[in-house]
Amino acid sequence: MKKYNLNHLRELEAESIYVLREVAAQFERPALLFSGGKDSIILVHLSVKAFWPAKIPYPLVHIDTGHNFEETITFRDELCRKLEAQLIVGSVQESIDDGKVVEESGYNASRNLLQTTTLLDTIEKHKFDAAIGGGRRDEEKARAKERFFSHRDEFGQWDPKNQRPELWNIFNGKKIIGEHFRVFPISNWTEMDVWQYIYMENIDIPSLYYTHERDVFLRDGVWLYDAPFMTKKPDEKVERIRVRCRTIGDISCTGLTISMADSLEDIIQEIAATRITERGGRADDMRSEAAMEDRKKEGYF
Amino acid sequence: MMEEKEFSSKAYLDMELLRFTTAGSVDDGKSTLIGRLLYDSKSIFEDQLEAVKKASIKRGNESVDLSLLTDGLRAEREQGITIDVAYRYFATPKRKFIIADTPGHVQYTRNMVTGASTANAAIILIDARNGITEQSHRHTYIASLLQIPHIVVCVNKMDLVNYEEETYEKIKNDFQAFAAKLAVKDVRFVPISALKGDNVVEKSKNMPWYEGGTLMYILENIHISSDHNHIDARFPVQYVIRPQRDEFHDFRGYAGRVAGGTFKVGDKVMVLPSGFTTTVKSIISHTKEFEEAFPPMSVIISLEDDIDISRGDMIVKENNVPDIGQDIDIMMCWMSEKPMRLNGKYALKHTTADARCLIKDVKYKVNVNTLGKILDDKNIGLNEIARISLRTTKPLFYDSYRQNRKTGAIILIDEADNTTVGVGMIV
Repeated sequence: MKKYNLNHLRELEAESIYVLREVAAQFERPALLFSGGKDSIILVHLSVKAFWPAKIPYPLVHIDTGHNFEETITFRDELCRKLEAQLIVGSVQESIDDGKVVEESGYNASRNLLQTTTLLDTIEKHKFDAAIGGGRRDEEKARAKERFFSHRDEFGQWDPKNQRPELWNIFNGKKIIGEHFRVFPISNWTEMDVWQYIYMENIDIPSLYYTHERDVFLRDGVWLYDAPFMTKKPDEKVERIRVRCRTIGDISCTGLTISMADSLEDIIQEIAATRITERGGRADDMRSEAAMEDRKKEGYF
Repeated sequence: MMEEKEFSSKAYLDMELLRFTTAGSVDDGKSTLIGRLLYDSKSIFEDQLEAVKKASIKRGNESVDLSLLTDGLRAEREQGITIDVAYRYFATPKRKFIIADTPGHVQYTRNMVTGASTANAAIILIDARNGITEQSHRHTYIASLLQIPHIVVCVNKMDLVNYEEETYEKIKNDFQAFAAKLAVKDVRFVPISALKGDNVVEKSKNMPWYEGGTLMYILENIHISSDHNHIDARFPVQYVIRPQRDEFHDFRGYAGRVAGGTFKVGDKVMVLPSGFTTTVKSIISHTKEFEEAFPPMSVIISLEDDIDISRGDMIVKENNVPDIGQDIDIMMCWMSEKPMRLNGKYALKHTTADARCLIKDVKYKVNVNTLGKILDDKNIGLNEIARISLRTTKPLFYDSYRQNRKTGAIILIDEADNTTVGVGMIV
């Protein structure tokens, strides 16, 4: 008998594409949250596949902290141009200027938390009823309990103890006006799956993921980029070394990895050998044991 | 078929995906078992282990409590219990695994049902000292109700019964006698000690009488490609693709995921509910063209004739049509704290179709511990399982759940608050 099976990447791909089409079918104004990181790049790639030869039926939304790596912005603009995709930018700087949020100060100041307000404002302003995100269940323990279709109330809040049961591949996106959903099509992917898929599909990623020379300093065991707005403690010395990003987020909380990996093969080998999770370098998660859960309840990504 | 580029590291090429479920409480050694699978397959990272160690000390535990790895919510950690389904991931060079880890007590039946709905395999843990209990009955019943194709019975804590063969054989015989009454196809047994590591990943030296494979060997080698229905062709239309681009002006495709059987270019097909017949013109995904599509592929099918087709319709083969009807019996698990309303109306989702339904009758309720039928009680509350008769507002195109887990499954939604309140397997 003929063998009918898909490898694990094709099966995950089929599942994610199914979820993306459910979003397009069940919601009136969906949007894809694009950060410029590998997970959201995969979401864009899967979206192209889900609807081709039609265009992606939703805009890309970038919540810009103003503290992004330059390469991220260049990459974002180039991708949108190539796909003829609509880009909507929500600016954290504007939220600060409007007095909606107050900039944190001190050594560990980060705009990461402020993004939640800008994100919720952007969702409300454009009346988005579904925001597609690149969250994965293997990333963090609070994310391990997340649904594919995750309901948010009229304040954008997540109620982890009262989530809708999700069985088979039947997704319940019913809601009342003012509520919205966060949708996580790559819930079941691991970091390794993401890299293998990027390799298999030959997907373009920002150069930040490959080894490059950069001015960095060490804080609490994490290498951070010495961007102009970063406040250093007196004993923190800047060094120029070869690093790469394992995740890409706001500069203030993106830990860099010392690495010589300059190809996808190298990166895959590096991930296979590593003994630290990718969020191990995320200063935002180290604030407390339930840091992610607390942020998510308020409406974070 | 699909041409895949070769990885320079061969180890990650051609892995299959296996989803399995575990149910149990702390006493069963479930967390110890999962912890061992993750730890021995090097899927626990140093920073995770460090965080768990810290949290264990903070709680005053003497040893590292691996359940803290999966119990992700603050309330779960505070109360020391698993409330929700937690998904964990690990991989060996052969397979990638997704564990749906669920609590085992009767008040979490709905979580077990949720975890079981997508699983290829279920691990049933039995304490060698206690033998088969009410809990083992319940877990096995749920696995059979949700039609999990493979069941692996782990007789755990063998170290506490001196690794005796007779103890294991007795449990095995008892279980087989009980499982014969249920619709379980493939049952395997393995004597283990999750704590000591016997027969989990490494073969045990303490049980030379056991000639089978370790749990990991079984998980890596269960044959899963025939778990899907490859006979009855079913393609629920999910989304209609009509590009507004000049170069694809005339293209009209039907996006969906193959729910059963296979579809080939040139196949004669029928579209439900209209009943029109036509031929498959092409099967594509992005720039790739396929000769044949099978479950669980997501593809776009285009047809030779221009037929009015929309979401919720189903493409099938003319000589193999699903059941079509509005009066449907289901085995239902109630998922909500608000009790079921007999003669109440609910919204219903089935494949990509939406409808409404009326709950007409409760045929019987199942005592999930004894598996006895309760005939004189029509009140259905949270976690209860019952056979229900429904009348839908429009015909559904369905198969029995036993024949097809995708076209035989439905969910019920409370129209007042939009929550999912019931899930059903069509009889």
